[in-house]
This record gives sequence, structure tokens and C-alpha cells, in this order.
Amino acid sequence: MASALINVPKKAKFGDVIEIKTLISHIMETGFRHSTTGVPIPRDIITSFVCTYNNEEIFRAVLYPAIAANPFFIFTTIATESGTIEFTWQGDNGFLATASATITVE
Amino acid sequence: MIVNSKRTQWLAPVAVMLGFAAIEVISAHAEIPLGERRSGYADLAPDTKAMQDDDTANPGMLWVQDGEALWNAKSGAANRACADCHNDARTTMTGVAARYPAFNSKLGRPIDLEQRINLCRVERQQASAFAYESKELLSLSAFIGKQSRGEPIAPPTDERLRPFLEAGLEQFNRRQGQLNLSCGQCHDDNWGKRLAGSLIPQAHPNGYPLYRLEWQAVGSLQRRLRNCIVGMRAEPYDYGAPEYVSLEIYLMWRARGLPIETPAVRP
Ligand code: HEC
Ligand code: HEC
Repeated sequence: MASALINVPKKAKFGDVIEIKTLISHIMETGFRHSTTGVPIPRDIITSFVCTYNNEEIFRAVLYPAIAANPFFIFTTIATESGTIEFTWQGDNGFLATASATITVE
Repeated sequence: MIVNSKRTQWLAPVAVMLGFAAIEVISAHAEIPLGERRSGYADLAPDTKAMQDDDTANPGMLWVQDGEALWNAKSGAANRACADCHNDARTTMTGVAARYPAFNSKLGRPIDLEQRINLCRVERQQASAFAYESKELLSLSAFIGKQSRGEPIAPPTDERLRPFLEAGLEQFNRRQGQLNLSCGQCHDDNWGKRLAGSLIPQAHPNGYPLYRLEWQAVGSLQRRLRNCIVGMRAEPYDYGAPEYVSLEIYLMWRARGLPIETPAVRP
């Protein structure tokens, strides 16, 4: 599975706005390029990214070929309860990667 | 800040550092005074600096993470992991990247960090060497390099390196390629100026392997050197060629004292 780096605060106070950062390894081949011998290089990109917080979707992004390799997202949410924050990336050629982090809300 | 004077230089500091009798080395370019040496980091746009500074935003850290997994994975006919012999890289590999290339007695020549890793691959793990610019070799060298982050570049004081250092210096100042340029004409004489849209840096090796936005990937110092050699319209050497190792030795000596930034980010 592709490697990902995720950053979620381990602890937060109830009601805090928390910042979540994710970075995933992916070539994001646009589909618009040709090899040195002129053969088109097929598109190979991540097409969607979803984040859930205790199974409730809190962030979703749709990705297009203009997005650079190794997509990086920063977004915020409100700390409401302790639990698990899960991440799923899906893309061309059956690409699927998941990661998760736990958070304690006091 | 542009240094333009062309004069013969005494390379006294090399001689002192390596403990040789002073020798005169003809250099067509004034070297940048030690006090004015600055990492390519200093010239980055604020966004690129921020990317390098934050390990959760620096894509080079993806390679470091893969390198750590390789470090701990058993491999080869010996079925040994790097960690089986070298334990925790966080302590055993500190400062190592800051003193490569180093002289290898068995081979009778200097080797760079990637060649050192591949020696252990072949001799100690009894596995096949990783290809240059392979994900594996870049990841392991990024992981090992990161253990020296913040450490000053400290080239070994080894007399056997002297001829290679001199060769590197000669290469750096030799005009070559269809454009008849030397490395020094850009990186000693015109650093800080612009070449089309790019700022000419001082050409320090302290961030490698690094994430280059143009590559959208991590690449080695040799890959960077090939880019400049092709830019001069000269014929690049093959990966692993001794010419790169001597250039690396000279670049490390020239950057002595600058902190390692691996994995850095560059445009
Ligand atoms: C069976 C034991 C063994 C294994 C496995 C091994 N090494 Fe080594 N390594 C050594 C020894 C012994 C040395 C000392 C130098 C020599 O070979 O002469 C060394 C030296 C090194 C050095 C140079 C250190 C310095 O201070 O200059 C590096 C870097 C290194 N190894 C990296 C690796 C990596 C990366 C791996 C895994 C791919 C690995 N080694 C696997 C035994 C091992
Ligand atoms: C025509 C000018 C020019 C010449 C000649 C040239 N370079 Fe460069 N070099 C550049 C530019 C411009 C960059 C920065 C590229 C960028 O940021 O896109 C660079 C980048 C570098 C870097 C990377 C520095 C960093 O901070 O990562 C190194 C190392 C380097 N050059 C070494 C060399 C060597 C060695 C030679 C001779 C073989 C050489 N260059 C010849 C213009 C030149």
C-alpha cells in the first residue's frame, strides 16, 4: 500500500478547532504526457479523498489531473468526541489506500 | 552579492584541513568566502521554506518513512536487516551523511553514501544492489541522511581523499559542453542572480537526497548534477561514475560547516 503521513492532534478540548494534515505518495500521472518514444502515458491519478470522524464524513475532495504528485491536504474540524478519524484515497487502476488516527477529546 | 574577480587561488584551507603541505591549485574563480556561504534554503520562496520546515508537509518524509521500513526489513540470502547490524539508525547513523563521500580501503577509492549502502546490500545482506534513483536507494539514503539533520558537514580528514578532492575542484572550474561554461561561473561568480526564472544558488549538497518540485519526487545529488551538466550541454556521466564522486567530495568540502537539511525541498 502507498505510504501516507497523517497528522491529527492526539488530544483536544471539546469544541476546539483542530487541524488535520495528510500527505500521500502518488505519481498523479496526468494522462496528457507522452513517453520519449511518443507513446501516450495513461492517466494514473487519485480521484477521491474522504475523511470520516467516528464514521461520519467530515471532508471530501475530488481530484483532477492538474493536481501535483503526492497530494497534500490541510483542513479543520471541530473536536466533538473521542474516537477514530479515518482517511481513504481512491483512484485509477483500483488504487485504494487507508489510514487512521485516534483522538481523545476532553 | 556577486563575486566576479578571476584570480589564481591558494587552496591553503584544504591543505591545512587534510594535513598536507600547501600546494598551489589553479582556480579560475574566486571561491565564495566561508562567511558568505549559504544553503540553497536561504533562496527559497516562503511557501517552499514552509514545506521543508514542516515534516508533515514535506513530501520527502514519505521517502524517509519508506526508508525506515527498509532499514528494518530482513533481506537477501543473509536474511538480515540493516537494523540487525546497525541497530537504531537514530543513534548509529547520526552524522554519517555529513562525512560522506569517504575513502574505502578495500576498493581503494572514495565512495558516496549510496555506494556505501549498496556495499552493505551486496556484501552483508547478500542481496542485489539497488539501482541508482530507485525508490529503495533514495528512501534508504533519505532515511540515513535525515539522521544527520542539523549536523554540520564535516568532510573526513583523510589524506587519501586529496587527489579526488583536487579532481573535483578541477571539474568544477573546467569549462565544458557546447556552452563552454564551468560550474564556478554560475555558482561562484553569479550566485544570487537569475537564470531565466531560476535563482542561481551556491550549489551546496547539504539537502540531498531532496524533494524537487520540478521532479515531483525525491532525487539524488547525482541527478541534480546531471541536470546542470545537461544544462551546460555537456555529456552527463553514467550514474555512479567516479567523476560524480569527486565532484561530490569537492562540493562537500566547499560546503563544510553548513547544516545537513535532508530531505530538503527545492524548486
Ligand atoms: C551483517 C551486518 C550488516 C548488515 C546487514 C548491514 N550492514 Fe552496514 N555495515 C556493516 C559493517 C560491519 C560496516 C562497517 C564498514 C565495513 O563494511 O567495512 C557497515 C557500514 C555501513 C555504513 C557506513 C557507516 C559509517 O560510519 O561510515 C552505512 C551507511 C551502512 N553500513 C548502511 C547499511 C544499510 C543501509 C544496510 C541495509 C541495507 C546495512 N548497512 C546492512 C554491517 C552490516
Ligand atoms: C548556467 C548556470 C549553471 C551552471 C554552468 C551550473 N549550474 Fe548548477 N544550478 C544552476 C541553477 C539555476 C540551479 C537551480 C535550479 C533550480 O532551482 O531550478 C542549479 C542548482 C545546482 C545545485 C543544487 C543546489 C541546491 O540547493 O540544491 C547543485 C549542487 C549544482 N547546481 C551543481 C552544479 C555543478 C557541480 C555544476 C557543474 C558541473 C553546475 N551546477 C553548473 C545553474 C548552473
